[in-house]
Amino acid sequence: MQKMKLVVVGNGMAGMRTVEELLKIAPDLYEITVFGDEPYPNYNRIMLSPVLANEQTIDDIILNTREWYAEHNITLHTSARINKIDRKNRVVYAEDGTSAEYDRLLLATGSKPFMLPIPGKDLNGVIGYRDIKDTNDMIETAKIHKHAVVIGGGLLGLEAANGLKIQGMEVTVVHKNDWLLERQLDKTAGRMLQKNLEAKGLNFLLNKNTAQLIGHEDGEFKNRVKSVQLDDSLIVAADLVVMAVGIRPNFLLAESAGIYCNRGIVVNDTMQTYDPRVYAVGECVAHRGISYGLVAPLFEMAKVCANHLANFGIGQYKGSVTSTKLKVTGIDLFSAGDFAPADVMNDGREEIVLHDAVGGIYKKLVIKNDTIIGSVLYGDTADGSWYFQMLRDGKAIHEIRDNLMFGQDSLGNTGHLGQDKAALMTNEMEVCGCNGVCKGTIVKAIQDQGLFTIDDVKKQTKAGSSCGSCVGLVEQILASTLGGGYAPPSSAKAVCGCTDLNHEEVRESIRKNKYLNIPDAMKGMTWRTPNGCATCRPALNYYLISTWPHEAVDDPQSRFINERVHANIQKDGTYSVVPRMYGGVTTPDQLRKIADVADKYAVPMVKVTGGQRIDLLGVKKEDLVDIWKDLDMPSGYAYAKGIRTVKTCVGSEFCRFGTQDSTAMGIRIEKAFDHMWSPHKFKFAVSGCPRNCAESGIKDVGIIGVDSGWEIYVGGNGGIKTEVAQFLCKVKTDDEVLEYSGAFTQIYREEARYLDRTVHWIERVGLEYVKQRVLEDAEGRKAAYERLLYALQGAVEPWGERVQKRAEHKEFETITI
Amino acid sequence: MSSWVKVAPFEDIPRLGARVVRRTKPDGGFDEIGIFRTEDDRIFAINNQCPHKKGPLSQGIVYGDKIACPLHGWKISLVDGKAEEPDEGEVACFKVKVVEGIVYLDV
Repeated sequence: MQKMKLVVVGNGMAGMRTVEELLKIAPDLYEITVFGDEPYPNYNRIMLSPVLANEQTIDDIILNTREWYAEHNITLHTSARINKIDRKNRVVYAEDGTSAEYDRLLLATGSKPFMLPIPGKDLNGVIGYRDIKDTNDMIETAKIHKHAVVIGGGLLGLEAANGLKIQGMEVTVVHKNDWLLERQLDKTAGRMLQKNLEAKGLNFLLNKNTAQLIGHEDGEFKNRVKSVQLDDSLIVAADLVVMAVGIRPNFLLAESAGIYCNRGIVVNDTMQTYDPRVYAVGECVAHRGISYGLVAPLFEMAKVCANHLANFGIGQYKGSVTSTKLKVTGIDLFSAGDFAPADVMNDGREEIVLHDAVGGIYKKLVIKNDTIIGSVLYGDTADGSWYFQMLRDGKAIHEIRDNLMFGQDSLGNTGHLGQDKAALMTNEMEVCGCNGVCKGTIVKAIQDQGLFTIDDVKKQTKAGSSCGSCVGLVEQILASTLGGGYAPPSSAKAVCGCTDLNHEEVRESIRKNKYLNIPDAMKGMTWRTPNGCATCRPALNYYLISTWPHEAVDDPQSRFINERVHANIQKDGTYSVVPRMYGGVTTPDQLRKIADVADKYAVPMVKVTGGQRIDLLGVKKEDLVDIWKDLDMPSGYAYAKGIRTVKTCVGSEFCRFGTQDSTAMGIRIEKAFDHMWSPHKFKFAVSGCPRNCAESGIKDVGIIGVDSGWEIYVGGNGGIKTEVAQFLCKVKTDDEVLEYSGAFTQIYREEARYLDRTVHWIERVGLEYVKQRVLEDAEGRKAAYERLLYALQGAVEPWGERVQKRAEHKEFETITI
Repeated sequence: MSSWVKVAPFEDIPRLGARVVRRTKPDGGFDEIGIFRTEDDRIFAINNQCPHKKGPLSQGIVYGDKIACPLHGWKISLVDGKAEEPDEGEVACFKVKVVEGIVYLDV
């Protein structure tokens, strides 16, 4: 079959990102031709400022090399400006005479710098700041000339001014407003910024408009700009004038072809123009009346557009909330959303402000209806992406409002020296303790390989790809390296690359359609891959069995090895065996059996675990079933995304301080919830008094005995991030402990995402939601507890089952030849 | 030269799963080969050691014609033994065939 023809007009970031997304999902659908009017392959436009500031070279910022185009069979025409589209015959024509036919046309013509319509604007030495040519012009001019004037004190203007200063020029910025970056900053932050930039040697003329540009009338520099005259008649020397007063979508080509434009090429939510064969993405479009000049929204558009070009027909672009960051080394500035001065009496917008003038720090959050709607950070932007994430997610903040201003101090995880501010780290400092990745390596990968997302960085550098504790840091590094190019992932992201559905949508579909096995679920939800991947299959398997207990098929091949063989795989391929000791209580008889087994099978190490039981380490797989048989003890599920231990203290039976029999309570819980699978591992603890010797404060459910009953705490975690459990409620009886903690557990089992610990789930839904479900809704609580008991009914002890039905479990036998 | 050795009945290799074959070498030592079966009943044999940290590949999760290592999730192609980018490395592949329901391995 002949391939369809896709022609892309515009070889910039938006157009090529769309092509890349398209190649990912439908690599063979189109024969692709790309036209670009610049002489270069696709490069990272947002990195032009670092090039001007001598921090990078042109080669560093090329995103797709010519070899890349060749490898993907893409015909690339550079220095070829398309000046005509014949929509009737579906052909585009370039100025140089080249033409190409299309079945689908993608317009990504970007934008143009807006040039002020003032006398002298056409003189030599008057430029915008948009592409490699402009950047080279500035670098070359700086070699022979002295004075530069930048018109416009916005992001681009300030980056240009900073770069020109570094190139050795005397730079004056003319700005028509009262303070710099008035669209990103409020007045206070704008003043602080100005002071810092003045310290770097820049000059500013605020509240001034430019009246005209005056040129040399004769001599060597005839027709070159000489000076700038302002509206108050002040004249400033200028051998170079950079106009950075804004950009305008470049839609002339589309308009000339009769495609409907209104201050941009008008597109719908699928990025389609009024001509159904023609799509448009990037700065040239007007989507719902808005044109974007930052790279993050372009990438969101690209993804949606590629999906429709690939004929998948799903995905809608619904507009973007953007954030900006000034890429001037040494100045930290972040802003997002709506941060105009708030007036709580009149418009319901409140603001929280922290201002340390001496320390050079200014932070402002604008809040409306209990959510963050805007933020400005100056001097300390470490929490920028955290605030932005909450802003995008519309997260309710009342629970954390008191500490909001002090940042996400929870980033201080283990594994990187307690460091939680990426900006303060040197390039040699280790970010990812698991994979040994330094900050410099990450920054270099982001710049050299053109990475834009956390997933890209994880894939290319491995940072953050193991335990995940440093993802916050990696995100900060990504955000500060990319500036406005960074878009935090929506927290409701797809399960994996096999589907566009997120975890909640998958769960809902399984419930609604009553899928009972993985093949049906994948087929029903139109999975892209024939049998998923190592990420989605375990998740699907868990969702199926937790949604339809006793009915859904539990597929062993979709479980990780540990759960498949009911033992924990070790680095050398051996396994560990941890028998259950309910409540951490054992007997001489059990200990003797364990000792005998350890002797008989020459177990290399016998260790007491943190969960109050005994671990036999270094067991060969083929010995597992024999060991279980000799032990004749139940599995401790030490390998499971499921109930692990119930840690207990001695309690009132022996302890002179104990107020409750914590050991008996622990044993009762462990027996009641034995064999329970959950989204992630699940730990209980029961302490007999508030001295809390069982460490109930860092367990998924921690129970503490007090004189008049039991206190229940939830969402604790002693792992990567030490999280203290939060108080849920106090109950009087042992039965209530089971009912309340069981209901909590079951709601977590039913609603959390696979691999979410309780703390992550509570962080997302809020403790108030949990309280409402478990405390206020008494009937709901009882029903949830019943559902848990139903799910656990008749559960089979897995080790005994494998001893009994040995012949059916060939997995444990090695074939020898 | 091929030397085909009988391994096991095909049905003993679980679909989307694997079995381990321990091969005694001439010097008396041994090594391990993983025999993998895909969902559409294709069969592959590759060295059982992940190029990363020697994880036993046969214990991983089979999907498509790939295996995800159980230790750190490297993805190895069953077809050519190569690690999926950006990881680098490969493992040896062996010829394997099924004749009348019996799996044979070319050692």
